[in-house]
Amino acid sequence: MLEHLELFFKSIFIDNMVFAVFLGMCSYLAVSKKVATAVGLGAAVIFVLGVTVPLNWLLDQYILQEGALSWLGAEYADYDLSFLSFIMFIATIATMVQLVEIVVEKFSPALYNSLGIFLPLIAVNCAILGGSLFMQAREIPSLALAFNYGISSGIGWFLAILAIAAIREKIRYSNVPPPLRGLGITFIITGLMGIGFQSFGGMLTGGDEGADSPVPETVVREAVLPEAEGEAVEVETEKKKEEVVISYNDALNK
Amino acid sequence: MALLTKKDANLIIDPLADNNPITIQVLGICSALAITAELKASVVMALSVIFVMGVGNVVISLMRNIIPSKIRIIVQLVVIAALVIVVDQVLKAFAYELSKTLAVFVGLIITNCIIMGRFEAFALGNGPWRSFLDGIGNALGYGVILIIVGFFRELLGSGTLFGYPVLGDPIGKTGLYSIGYENNGFMILPPAALIVVGIIIWVQRSRNTALIEEN
Repeated sequence: MLEHLELFFKSIFIDNMVFAVFLGMCSYLAVSKKVATAVGLGAAVIFVLGVTVPLNWLLDQYILQEGALSWLGAEYADYDLSFLSFIMFIATIATMVQLVEIVVEKFSPALYNSLGIFLPLIAVNCAILGGSLFMQAREIPSLALAFNYGISSGIGWFLAILAIAAIREKIRYSNVPPPLRGLGITFIITGLMGIGFQSFGGMLTGGDEGADSPVPETVVREAVLPEAEGEAVEVETEKKKEEVVISYNDALNK
Repeated sequence: MALLTKKDANLIIDPLADNNPITIQVLGICSALAITAELKASVVMALSVIFVMGVGNVVISLMRNIIPSKIRIIVQLVVIAALVIVVDQVLKAFAYELSKTLAVFVGLIITNCIIMGRFEAFALGNGPWRSFLDGIGNALGYGVILIIVGFFRELLGSGTLFGYPVLGDPIGKTGLYSIGYENNGFMILPPAALIVVGIIIWVQRSRNTALIEEN
């Protein structure tokens, strides 16, 4: 249960699809002029991520991983099809989006009308493929967690596009320097929001499990500088000191 | 006979500045921002996209008359995915460390909207040679921004270029560091990329006022 909760908050706030790893930026910038359309697209992204991440998890576990084919028989146990994962994942996503579109159109015309134009767009939203690829890269251990990861990173994306759409609606009334109008100021606002979201990074480091992997495995952070690494090490040592202190207190109490 | 007519040459030159895929068409932002903390990664990413776009545009252009329009998105995705798998395998074979740094972002070239966007907008309606030029042009426009962003982020953030220290040694306090200069660690963080791109857009649009948008 705790791991579910942790993954949930981590995917929404710390590893936020938009602010931490820049996924789905194209539609994030293109469809964020009005709050109403942003909500529609955000809802569709949550839905599609919730469907495709668990599906791709199953594909990864039972077809693509090294040795995953062993359920077919011992002679298949050495196959490693992981180089096919891009094409399998994108095929699943494209098919699912098509399927979801058909099903929604049939059973809920109202929802279809509000999501309609966005559904086909979603197939090429990098947040969707990114969700599956990160799921594979982080080796998420169970189907339930994969589902959780899909839904929660969708919610993170939803929050981001909702926030920027609201800000863009308001910013129309302010006097932005002409060359920055439109795209430029949106980039800079997103950057500032990203800085804000960075502060959530400390949210889960208080716990025991959080301390093992305090930062998301984004590329950018892997490229952190020596001195920044030094800081990270310092933080970790501080944490260790805290742990030592706690155990010392515990010992005293006993 | 010139190799490129004027019209063909414009296909390459336009996307480099006035019709840049990132700053004007707003395509392919995701990867542009995520991997630009180092110049080396930016260059490799730019080369990969140039390869995928050049070849992909030609393939789609050759097939444009036999793809049923209803399933064209899936066909396009399959073509891109196949090319990206090639790039990924080549990187893993010859530059393993780098492919670790780029991680999932090589895979995300598949959903890079520049590629889909140019397939839809250009390759489906033009012959192979012009599509090839258009692909190369747009990929170069994308690469230029990537390299500019990567250059500034690596130079200001870690004082190196391609991993070589150019501003002196921050620990031994030589070069610029001897007079009290410090690296700006903020440039390494993800949000810095957005702000750098924002500034590039600002500079570009103040030089060419025709590009300014309505508020």
